[in-house]
Amino acid sequence: MTGNGLILQVRDLRVHYGAIEALRGVSLEVSQGQVVALIGANGAGKTTTLRAVSKMLKPSTGAIHFQGEDVTKLPSHALVARGMAHAPEGRGIFLNLTVRENLDLGAYLRKDRAGIAEDAEKQFSLFPILAERRNQVAGTLSGGEQQMLAVARALMSRPKLMLLDEPSLGLAPQVVERIFSVLREVNASGVSLLLVEQNAHKALQLAHRAYVLETGNVVMQGTGKELLASPEVRKAYLGE
Amino acid sequence: MSRVTEFLQHFVNGLSVGTIYALIALGYTMVYGVLKLINFAHGDVYMVGAFSGYYLGIVGGGGEPSFFRAAYVTLGAMIACALLGFVIERFAYRPLRHRARLTALITAIGVSFLLEYGFQLSPWIRTPVQFPPGPSPRFFPPLIDFGGERSIEILGATMPKIDLLGLGVALGLMLVLQFIVYRTRFGTAMRAVSFDPQVAGLMGIPVNRIISWTFMLGSALAAAAGIINASSRPKIEPLFGLISGLKAFVAAVLGGIGSVPGAMAGGLLLGLTEEYVAGYTDSSYRDAIAFTVLILVLLVRPAGLFGRVTVEKV
Repeated sequence: MTGNGLILQVRDLRVHYGAIEALRGVSLEVSQGQVVALIGANGAGKTTTLRAVSKMLKPSTGAIHFQGEDVTKLPSHALVARGMAHAPEGRGIFLNLTVRENLDLGAYLRKDRAGIAEDAEKQFSLFPILAERRNQVAGTLSGGEQQMLAVARALMSRPKLMLLDEPSLGLAPQVVERIFSVLREVNASGVSLLLVEQNAHKALQLAHRAYVLETGNVVMQGTGKELLASPEVRKAYLGE
Repeated sequence: MSRVTEFLQHFVNGLSVGTIYALIALGYTMVYGVLKLINFAHGDVYMVGAFSGYYLGIVGGGGEPSFFRAAYVTLGAMIACALLGFVIERFAYRPLRHRARLTALITAIGVSFLLEYGFQLSPWIRTPVQFPPGPSPRFFPPLIDFGGERSIEILGATMPKIDLLGLGVALGLMLVLQFIVYRTRFGTAMRAVSFDPQVAGLMGIPVNRIISWTFMLGSALAAAAGIINASSRPKIEPLFGLISGLKAFVAAVLGGIGSVPGAMAGGLLLGLTEEYVAGYTDSSYRDAIAFTVLILVLLVRPAGLFGRVTVEKV
């Protein structure tokens, strides 16, 4: 286990798409129980970072340690087994399955049927709209509902670390509030979060620490408060 | 023969051929589902299935034909082909997984040639069986002795008992498969991989293992089809998987490639169409029918009967 209290440690991560280098040596850390935000412009490499951490993509070089273990070479499913969950960009919902079936897939590695059913109910109480739609095919859900489902499904594996990619993208303000309040609750229950957000203001308010990415590099880091106060961040990402 | 009898006779024959197509088509469609690859070696796996049954029948051949022997030969061939499917995926396709799709397709044709022409080499093993079998046809040993009458008659239509049994086994296997795909954890995982392999991985599904199992399942069904077909039409040779494989591929496209119920329906429909068109017009058209069907499907409804017309939602 970690002596240093880190749940995730990423060192010098590089990713190539063909000849294009999308990540140019990203290093970041998430401490146990923390919320860490990645902010930056479109194309800065935020999504790529999450995908490389959860192995949706194969990093070219770099090292990833999860709970003290070197997981650089492990495939996605092995990371899930160790307590990492990733709610991907574009949500990655199985549109041909029902809401409940999607939740059950989130608990694919768990064997305790009773616990799974109990957790599904827990998600339904967090997101009551999903309860109403539990037997509906996920393809019929609105964008906001699918986003809630993605978060709920990631929680079904009882993760220790959740990677969240743009959970507020394109959603109505009330839905964004709902999702962020759930994330706050989830974090309070001890789950660490690594959050990619274009809504930098909301992300920095929630985050203990944050990294600013620019063209595949970390260009700034600090606590959420520090970055919220930083003139560069305010100018570039908070629209001031 | 009365018209009703003739119609019924064609129906029985068509059903019997159609279930063979359906069993093979299932392998195409499942593999396409998880890999988006048309495994053109699949028809040859069907051929290897028949030969595995042939060898098992000879080696265990001391015994009299019996249900037990038929079951042993069929299961043995299914296991042998499942292993073959595993090896093909692991060593021919997996290393090319992230290359251009055409690379894997061409490799599939290469694997197909390897099996077809490899099996036509003159034997280098001579005892207890000759392997490879070489180019001349072999005769599949009878697995079951029904004693007395070999056929039964219904309304004047003749139905060989072996065909009825084959039909029953094929339908039974399809029911089992339907259960596996829609009611088991493995089936759920398979459908998830087929929808999106990357996201399936994020659910904790071991994607590579599911792909291996899918190949094994499809290959085992092809082996069963090979045995059922050879029991009824016992002449087997290394190239006979080619045309059946192509027709089963058409059946899979007709049903909607990637759809399990579609492959079953497509196989039965193609078998019946072939039989009726050949029966009521000219039997020399038989092999052209499948390809006519393929052209029509691609023109009129490229997604096939059960295919999803995908609606992209942003």
